[in-house]
Amino acid sequence: MIQLKNRSLVSITDYSKEEIIKVLDIAEEFEKNPRQKILSDYVIASLFFEPSTRTRLSFESAVQYLGGRIIGFASADTSSVRKGESLKDTILTVSNYSDLIVMRNPLDGSARFASEVSPVPIINAGDGANQHPTQCLLDLYSIRKTQGTLENIQIALVGDLKYGRTVHSLVQALSKFNATFHLVSPEILKLPSAVKKWIKDAGLEYYQYTELADVIPFADILYMTRIQGERFPDPIEYEQVKNSYVLENKMLDKSKDNLRVLHPLPRVNEIHENVDSNPKAYYFQQAQNGVYVRQALIAAILGLKE
Amino acid sequence: MSDKRTELKVSAIRRGTVIDHIRSESTFRVFQILNLEDVKDQVYLGTNLESKKLGKKGIIKISGKSFVSSEINKIALVAPEATLIEIEEYEIVKKEKIVPPDTITKIVKCVNPKCVTNNQNVETKFNIVTDYHGQMKLVCHYCEKSMTQKDIFFI
Repeated sequence: MIQLKNRSLVSITDYSKEEIIKVLDIAEEFEKNPRQKILSDYVIASLFFEPSTRTRLSFESAVQYLGGRIIGFASADTSSVRKGESLKDTILTVSNYSDLIVMRNPLDGSARFASEVSPVPIINAGDGANQHPTQCLLDLYSIRKTQGTLENIQIALVGDLKYGRTVHSLVQALSKFNATFHLVSPEILKLPSAVKKWIKDAGLEYYQYTELADVIPFADILYMTRIQGERFPDPIEYEQVKNSYVLENKMLDKSKDNLRVLHPLPRVNEIHENVDSNPKAYYFQQAQNGVYVRQALIAAILGLKE
Repeated sequence: MSDKRTELKVSAIRRGTVIDHIRSESTFRVFQILNLEDVKDQVYLGTNLESKKLGKKGIIKISGKSFVSSEINKIALVAPEATLIEIEEYEIVKKEKIVPPDTITKIVKCVNPKCVTNNQNVETKFNIVTDYHGQMKLVCHYCEKSMTQKDIFFI
């Protein structure tokens, strides 16, 4: 049975395959009609303990389109955290003022903890290097929308597969949909074995590459990621690999017609700007889909859409 | 007739607990995590003893001591192959292989310095799993990072 009402979303693995599909179906409805005033009686708290552009603004946009009100802060500096307030106390206080809390926090596991102490549901908008489930849902929405299905996708994941949390969540989610994984990374940034285990446990296949050109001819989805300097313990290691993969327009000449290029953004050098005008470039629409997916989640968790 | 001994003689204990079948390299760690240096009664420790099962094994005999479940869980994390034997009046009254629990709370610190449990007042909690090499792993309930036996640090 699908029951999303009053349930926090901390990790993409909290949702079954059917629950993921349910959220995507509701999101599709919002894409057709994003301005429904169903949140006019609701207050949503948006607690961003660290900076974010896309995630925070798309959540706030999602709430505003639905007629809801938002309270909260965009950095820990403007909250009582600066005075030393604990996360538990902040959550318990804010839960008195709101129906649902969207939270980003730099500590790994902070969202799970918040969901255990909060009387209102929590949506994890990123907990450190751990999970970012709404990014995963909008990635899945974008894949389904461009390919017509989530089943049997040939997905190429490119770049930082070791530290990239969006990659890990996407592997976990697509393992429910019979995907084949083509993993392109420098030797030192390979997918961790704990994440590969998800693929193996689902009885699926993965292949590892070091050259981006090798996967372009047969991929349905090319999921590019930024090599994130801030995640590297050793700056020399980062310098060695930071520009390992740069996708240029001409490289897509031999790709399949249905191939779409996705990227969780922000990008640095890994997709050349000459790709932007190619109809196969989908990363900005992907970011737009984040609004519909977040509308769907909020509506489902508040029990306003079933 | 020679009275030269060919075996090491270790006294039997009258009442207490024997931890047997410890991997040799883990013997001192078991001693340490149970704070056995504070025990006032007799404690015997042997290591690098012949073992059919393990090749080399360690054994610890503690007089006048029985273990509570949180202590047994600690042993399970450091020496998951060990056997626990309870002794009364020199007789074995109970002998069982230690079984690691499915979850473990409070006693282990998360190895991830950015984990919420290392930065806020949150009790630790781990799920114990076996990876596909058969190795025991502890997966943090909060930050989801997994750690191996060598990373275990008791609070």
